[in-house]
Amino acid sequence: MIWNEKNETMPREELEVVQLGRLQAQVERVYATVPYYRQKMDEAGVAPGDIRSLADIKHLPFTTKDDLRRNYPFGLFTVPLDRIVRIHASSGTTGQPTVVGYTRRDIKMWAEMMARSLAAAGVTQKDVVHNAYGYGLFTGGLGAHYGAEEMGCAVIPISGGNSKRQITLMRDFGSTVLLATPSYTLNLADTMAEMGVDPSELKLRVGIFGAEPWSEQMRTELESRLRIKAVDIYGLSEVLGPGVAVECIEEQRGLHIMEDHFLPEIVDRDTFEPLAPGEKGELVFTTLTKEAFPVIRYRTKDVCQLITKVCTCGRTFHRMPKVTGRTDDMLIIRGVNVFPSQIEEVLVGTEGVEPHYQLIVSREGSLDTIEAQVEVSEEFFSDEVRVLEGLTRKLQGNIKDLLGISCKIKLVEPKTIQRSEGKAQRVIDKRNI
Amino acid sequence: MNVQQVAVFLEHKPGRLAEISHCLAESNINIRALSLADTTDFGILRLVADDTDKARKVLKEHGFTVGVTEVIAVGAEDRPGGMDKILQVVSRADLNVEYMYAFTKKSGESGILLFKFDEPARALAAFKEAGIKILSGEEVHSM
Repeated sequence: MIWNEKNETMPREELEVVQLGRLQAQVERVYATVPYYRQKMDEAGVAPGDIRSLADIKHLPFTTKDDLRRNYPFGLFTVPLDRIVRIHASSGTTGQPTVVGYTRRDIKMWAEMMARSLAAAGVTQKDVVHNAYGYGLFTGGLGAHYGAEEMGCAVIPISGGNSKRQITLMRDFGSTVLLATPSYTLNLADTMAEMGVDPSELKLRVGIFGAEPWSEQMRTELESRLRIKAVDIYGLSEVLGPGVAVECIEEQRGLHIMEDHFLPEIVDRDTFEPLAPGEKGELVFTTLTKEAFPVIRYRTKDVCQLITKVCTCGRTFHRMPKVTGRTDDMLIIRGVNVFPSQIEEVLVGTEGVEPHYQLIVSREGSLDTIEAQVEVSEEFFSDEVRVLEGLTRKLQGNIKDLLGISCKIKLVEPKTIQRSEGKAQRVIDKRNI
Repeated sequence: MNVQQVAVFLEHKPGRLAEISHCLAESNINIRALSLADTTDFGILRLVADDTDKARKVLKEHGFTVGVTEVIAVGAEDRPGGMDKILQVVSRADLNVEYMYAFTKKSGESGILLFKFDEPARALAAFKEAGIKILSGEEVHSM
């Protein structure tokens, strides 16, 4: 089913007219209300009036996560706080958290994007929606919740954690739709097996999974273990939260981007020049209708291409395939964003030595695991087991404090970590995402 | 004055011990005593060689992480109760043993205990007071 037939199936020419009008208005608004954007545009020598076509967007400066941090907390809001009805924030593990705000209209728009996403996955108001995305500062829980309510589903705001109870309630309430991260869903599947609950005892028929990258292999696993259809949803808090793009159940080949509200571009990873549709590069978004916190050419650092082929579902929106890589080295471990440099800081900072290290990311059962292999240098080697074990515990503790993830520390002999010509390969990701 | 011990970091990998023994053998270094401490993730080989500096150098050249630490060597009678006599002193003095290992010089003649204490000075004093023979580095290395 298509939630907003008029917009989602709009002929491309018409859509582009809508996009241009909205883009021009958006650029004018940020120029008039956000000094930071105005200054950046002035420096780039571009004025709102210069945007005469969609292609003119290339003259506008990019926005990055650093820009958001520099304006912590509310510097990029276009409206005073009395018009804000909701604030979300990233976990801030990479420094300042990124803070995003929403007006009443933004929340309404977001609810529609999520309702569209649910509809694309085949969900209707008759469904019972088990929402296991985390509720709180994270956009996942509340974002999905408002969409399911907008649609008229019976929403169970269970949030994450307490897996046994989740299974019990899923069974007792007859939940038909599961919203969760794919890794947590695997965890739920494991718990079901432990409890001896067979998927046939549940009424689940579809799962909408997002907030972290996942593979086709993972899709097969999720679908066979829970006997559901697994649908991919994409979003990021800087742009909206969940609901920026979603797969249609008809094809499940790429995620339709809600192009009437978000203008996607693909740019070269190094030169940042716009690329033709179909070419692989960094995904960039400009919000077209957001009020409180619009972004202009926000660099997602996600790598993908655009699929312009018309889809059989009837939607005219271009699609993006599953995101398979990033332009930076960010890892997502159990839903937590982790940069190898953060772990390096802990390693180097803890004992004042600069160890050679390598991070091994893998998946044990349903859980992502990360192990830091650290070469033992003479500076911190000891003839006493207690000292070495104390050191690994200390490193583990410091990483846990800073990043909130458990990282196993494995001491290895010198020169066991491969030296590369040039840039060291710091991360080995064995998860096959 | 004290005994110099060479400690080597070891990963749990087949063949690593043999590599150590081989490079010591090639350099004509004699091992007086050794012990291996292992944990789930790694091991520490501790040994006393006839030539500490050379052992250290050779092992480093072969890419091992090596540390040299001082341990205390005391003589024990090589008969039942010999070790107990010494450990009773340790216990009465309330000393904490980080680790220890033992070897005999010649069966029936004398045993030697190697200790690492967290308070070596207090340990030395306690042994002296109890009249226990403390062996010098020279004595042990050149045995």
